Amino acid sequence: MSSFLGFVRKEVLHLLRDRQTLAILLLLPLVQVLIFGFAVRTDVRKIPILMVDPTPDITTLALRDRITASDRFELVGVSASGRDLDPQFRAGSIRQALVLPTDVERRLGRGDSLPVQLLTDGSDPNTGGIMQGYTTAVVERWYTDASPSTGRLRIIMASRLRYNPTLESSHLFVPGLVAFVLTIMSAMMTAISITREKETGTMEMLLVSPIRPTAIVAGKVTPYIVLAFVSVVLVLIAARLVFQVPLRGSLALLLAECGLYIITALALGIVISIKAPTQRTAMIFALAGLMMPTMLLSGFIFPLDSLPEWLRAISYAVPARWFLLVVRGIMIKGAGLATLWQETLVLVGMTLVLLAVGSRKLAIRLG
Amino acid sequence: MRTIFFLVRKEFLQIIRDHTTVAQIFMIPIVQLLVLSNAATFDLKQTRVLVVDEDRTTVSAGLVRRLEGGRQFRVVRHLPTDHAVEAALLDREATAVIHIPRRFEQDLVQSRRATVQLVLNAEEGAAAGIVQSNVNAILADYAGELGPTLPGGTPSQARAAPLDLRTQRWFNPTRNYKHYMVPALLVALTTIIGLLLTAQNITREYELGTLEQLNVTPMTKLQFIAAKLIPFWLISLVIFTIGLIIGKLVFDIPMRGNLLLVYLALMVYLIVVLGLGLWISTITRTQQQAMFVAFFVILMFLLMGGLFTPVDSMPDWARAVAQANPVKHFVFIMRAVLVRGAGLETIAPPLLGLAAGGVVVLTLAVRRYRKSTA
Repeated sequence: MSSFLGFVRKEVLHLLRDRQTLAILLLLPLVQVLIFGFAVRTDVRKIPILMVDPTPDITTLALRDRITASDRFELVGVSASGRDLDPQFRAGSIRQALVLPTDVERRLGRGDSLPVQLLTDGSDPNTGGIMQGYTTAVVERWYTDASPSTGRLRIIMASRLRYNPTLESSHLFVPGLVAFVLTIMSAMMTAISITREKETGTMEMLLVSPIRPTAIVAGKVTPYIVLAFVSVVLVLIAARLVFQVPLRGSLALLLAECGLYIITALALGIVISIKAPTQRTAMIFALAGLMMPTMLLSGFIFPLDSLPEWLRAISYAVPARWFLLVVRGIMIKGAGLATLWQETLVLVGMTLVLLAVGSRKLAIRLG
Repeated sequence: MRTIFFLVRKEFLQIIRDHTTVAQIFMIPIVQLLVLSNAATFDLKQTRVLVVDEDRTTVSAGLVRRLEGGRQFRVVRHLPTDHAVEAALLDREATAVIHIPRRFEQDLVQSRRATVQLVLNAEEGAAAGIVQSNVNAILADYAGELGPTLPGGTPSQARAAPLDLRTQRWFNPTRNYKHYMVPALLVALTTIIGLLLTAQNITREYELGTLEQLNVTPMTKLQFIAAKLIPFWLISLVIFTIGLIIGKLVFDIPMRGNLLLVYLALMVYLIVVLGLGLWISTITRTQQQAMFVAFFVILMFLLMGGLFTPVDSMPDWARAVAQANPVKHFVFIMRAVLVRGAGLETIAPPLLGLAAGGVVVLTLAVRRYRKSTA
């Protein structure tokens, strides 16, 4: 035990002496969460929209008011005819055009059909879909209120948005960033620190010492667990103070889950480092191998429900997917262990498997 | 020139001998491009809905059938009361709950209007809006159909001024998000590999002590940086080309414009990215540091380049930063040329921007590199 402690002490000293690396490790996640928490949004605001309204009347003015009142839109202008739309779309000065027919009020009164055209710049399909959704909703609501209600049957939708009523992007994004940054940083830290010893030849010196190989790995990982944990706490404080991300669930549970996940990610790093002969291969595995799958298959940016069936099955193997559900569950939805036990169990299982693979491979190397 | 040639040869040999690395730098982008191109969309395949029908009349049953019939929804469970609704939303059994209150039919008959409650898990903001809009469409549709059949309705009233909202999306003739996503993912993957390889390259030599051996040779700084750049530039070109072929064969991405323009832009773009990698490599002392800086830069490139989320909705300062993002410009060029068939006049401004970036980055890398290690 004392030899193990001595070994941990050596690792801590290594880490503390390299001030530059220490600063990077502690502050990088925080800086990333601050920058991306502000910068990255999935909602669209200030959509430049043009209204084509050949015969303005009270009813169409009401629609105009609704559009100007929303900060999602920026009414570029109202024109009388729908000609010359194409060059404006091409130049990017408008991204949507709402083309109304003539005599809107009279049509509504008489009960004629009301042909409305909504043109959207679909060159970015994702943004295009979101913009189209916003405008459709505004037009539909306006139509419901504007059309004479006498005798017409109406089913009104009263929606309650749970957990994130203002649809604030950062509330979704910041917990996701915690999961994402933690995965990559932790996996990279262990993978690199172990392969470095291999590359410089000091690993063999350690292996011939009386310390058991599992103890060597444990000793190398221990300081990083502490470091990653401090880093997570800093990020959580920033989430709370800067982004006002709610913490509806238990703080103790959140910290415990973060601790668990740090070990999962570090175990992943151990497995990578045992497979990789050099720091270079370890880095490519950890960064190039994990980055895009973690970003795209975890629900971090794109909702899990948007994945096709076979890809959803693959996403089950991505640890960050489970951790993300846990973090969002605790922070945004106020869920407890009663709801999140399955996700937690999956993470525990993954950690055990990774640790088992890691220590077995190590034993083989020795023999 | 001969000096550069021999150095380039040395770099190549070093990489080719490392079989693991060779396998990695080609397999990772190919596999990820094939798999992940199917992931990057906000379009929900199906929304899981929980139905609470407290009315239990033919009218409410008709509405439920409507929901079940629609492709956008899958009714996971029926509940008699809204008792267990909270739990179902919490553990994501359902994304939305549709609650038809008691007196639903009665209200419709008596006052010709009734309310249906939609409770939505709004965790994922973009998705929430789409679900709302889908539910609204079904309700309006059902109300229109129901109007004449219920007492008090006449055919003319019921069909009063139906809103005929026709939506069109321009500039997306193929209506396939993969055509839009595949070029972006390909750029992302090539960038990650290229930046990683260059960022750790010089620090690795420094750590292993071989940098000093190179430093005592008579080559100039420019020769040194050029020799470090060229091999990775060629490798990245090959990776990109393989990816482009996959994009064409597997995902059938359109190639409307001149492919030479894409390659012209690619050649300039790679100089920017790889030069930046080498600069990172000259300012860091260990491979570990180099990796973390590279990680940070890659994340900035990808998250703030408008690949997955719109640049327009970022705050002003972030949009200014995005202007300096080479990924943003190159992805713009690729999408413009491949999807829209744009010519040189459209892509000239971003291309000049990239070229300027290349000059700046290379100057930085050459000036920063010191032949003497103090």
